[in-house]
Amino acid sequence: MLTALSILTDGLAYAAYLFIIAIGLTLIFGVMKILNVAHGSFYAFGAYGAATAVGIYFNGHDWNAAGGFLFMVIAGMAIGLVLGLVLERGILRWVYGKDEVIVVLVTYAVFLILEDLVVLIWGAQSYPAYQPLVAAGSIDLGDLVLSNYDIVLVVLAALLAVGSSWALRFTRYGRLLTTVIFDREIAAAFGINVTVVYTVTFLIGAMLGALSGAVMAPKISVTLGIGVEVIVLAFAVVAIGGMGSIEGALVGALIVGICRAAAVHLVPQIELFVIYGVMAAVLIVRPYGLFVRAQPRKI
Amino acid sequence: MSQNLGLARLSSLLAFSLAAAVTPVQAQQAAAPAAAPVKLGIVSFLTGPAASPFGIPGRNGAEIVIEALNSGKAPAPYNQVGFGGSKIEAKYVDEAGSAANVVTEFRNLVQRDQVDAVVGYVSSGSCLAVTPVAEELKALTVLYDCGTPRIFEEKARSNVFRVSPHATMDNVAAARYLLAKKKNLTSYSGINQNYAWGQDSWRDFVGAMKVLAPKVTADKVLFPKLFAGEYGAEVSTLLTSKSQALHSSFYDGDLEAFIYQEQARGLDKRMTMILTTGEAAIWRLRDKMPDGTIIGGRGASGPLARDTPINKWFQKIYTDRYNTPPTYPAYQMAQSLLGLKVAYEKAKKAGAKPTSDEIAAAFKGIEFDGPAGHIKMALGDGHQGIAETAYGIYRFNKKTKEPEVVDIVRYPAECVNPPPGIDADKWIAGGMKGAKCN
Repeated sequence: MLTALSILTDGLAYAAYLFIIAIGLTLIFGVMKILNVAHGSFYAFGAYGAATAVGIYFNGHDWNAAGGFLFMVIAGMAIGLVLGLVLERGILRWVYGKDEVIVVLVTYAVFLILEDLVVLIWGAQSYPAYQPLVAAGSIDLGDLVLSNYDIVLVVLAALLAVGSSWALRFTRYGRLLTTVIFDREIAAAFGINVTVVYTVTFLIGAMLGALSGAVMAPKISVTLGIGVEVIVLAFAVVAIGGMGSIEGALVGALIVGICRAAAVHLVPQIELFVIYGVMAAVLIVRPYGLFVRAQPRKI
Repeated sequence: MSQNLGLARLSSLLAFSLAAAVTPVQAQQAAAPAAAPVKLGIVSFLTGPAASPFGIPGRNGAEIVIEALNSGKAPAPYNQVGFGGSKIEAKYVDEAGSAANVVTEFRNLVQRDQVDAVVGYVSSGSCLAVTPVAEELKALTVLYDCGTPRIFEEKARSNVFRVSPHATMDNVAAARYLLAKKKNLTSYSGINQNYAWGQDSWRDFVGAMKVLAPKVTADKVLFPKLFAGEYGAEVSTLLTSKSQALHSSFYDGDLEAFIYQEQARGLDKRMTMILTTGEAAIWRLRDKMPDGTIIGGRGASGPLARDTPINKWFQKIYTDRYNTPPTYPAYQMAQSLLGLKVAYEKAKKAGAKPTSDEIAAAFKGIEFDGPAGHIKMALGDGHQGIAETAYGIYRFNKKTKEPEVVDIVRYPAECVNPPPGIDADKWIAGGMKGAKCN
């Protein structure tokens, strides 16, 4: 019973972590058909920005921890906004319409450049940002102790899932976005300014990527290379759910989260294998992921 | 008047400029011909996740020691300028990248830059990749931080040396310390990274525990992915365990992330953590490192080091420059350079620069004192160093607001290292025969 409860709670917490990372990646792919490797950099910049904000907020001050969390999130997302704007307007708009492989290579190059930019700005040392995690405290469930911060992350992931679903269905911009996702050329023919939609979508995706780094910063040591790990995981989650599908990212994150937690508790030797094993199994049965259907090629 | 003053200034300036232009030539003519510099390639992680905990302290250790040696200000017996009177020229290279890239950079240092020796490498993967190439090129190479025992166990080496003891020592000493401090231990668990370092560390620790306390059992054995970052499920698994101790060779971001996440859930209140590389993290974690954690430093480094003059000197010059005390990678780099200096000066004949073969021949089996203690090149036919090590208990001193390690126990080199001629895993499996602990 205790093990089952642990698997459920750990699975949900890990799924929340994965979904928060993956949602921005899948949104950008859904609208712009760009497999954005630089999403890992948004995560890293968000984490570094958050760690800097935490340092400013908590060092020498006895201020409210919730305020620190909010400051951290705002700082991370603000960095994502600026970075997204610079990348989209400065680089990516020049490669729209080019072969998808070229665009992936461009985002990979951007990712490498941004890794070095991190060193230039923050140096090679690691940064702690644990204060919000510690301040959140924990709750005891018998032998199991849960971190309240993990619960906050699960709630945040749920809000993002519900909010994005609502925004896509019930807001004007959401409908425009859905039209562009369905068919860019038809959307343009209907008078939708696809360029603006692209820019706004990329900015939202960049801010979500930075948000994921910001909220994870208190749990990790913010150090060089953190963006590399998450981008691989995010790709796995998005591939399981289907590239461009937010529902898919949610379900993919839940599947991976629960399977990994079960593996760690029951068969820890296969923990490393299980994420990619699940991905391979899903792609064998559904090559386009769980929530994306095979589409006829346009001629 | 003002025009005269202007002319006077101009003529003074011209005279000064001419003097400045001429003086160096005169000085060069007057001075004795300078000895050719010794060129060293220093390789360490300057970027990537391992830069902050290992690569940069290692690089800093090299920089500060080379400066001291070149100025002749190192304490005796290292007070001769540079290496045997020749100044050291260092070229710093980033270890980041694939094994193929590391090998390419190594070849560049040896063949293009014509360095006299390469000192470097943090990753065991880098060391394993570079070693055969160093042998092929007959390039003198001193590995400074990597821990795998395989380098000198798989094959005899001619041009490759490692002053720093290998990882077996860390885990055998950890087992001895844990059992000495926890008499009623019945069960322990482990969390180590899923690659050679973590696997080998756990193998040696479990092996030593089986020899020293056969009735004590291993419970949870976890090998999360390297740089996983998120350890919620691992912490839950350990919370459900009845183990009284947790072994880990985690380092850097993985160690810090694990500490933050387990502390939020109180794991360290239920089991004592024994961290074989914990010393490298105490100056960053400070009061976040749980009091009572058993700390190792891959040798008697940092707060585990003896209060010797050379250790005090090294601590001072490092702390003065970088505003933080040196951690074990800095010690390992410093000792690697001092070992190379001893070998170089032993090999040097009057006036002539020794060849790589002559330095290698002189390096074999030497003994010397470094900041972390006395080093004997005793294993691997005189190519692999051994030294005493130490473990202690961490606590954060709330009065001084500084980290402390107390209850330090020292283990002689021959107590925690295999004797010459036997592989580390076989020595442990065979009951650690020949260990001299008194």
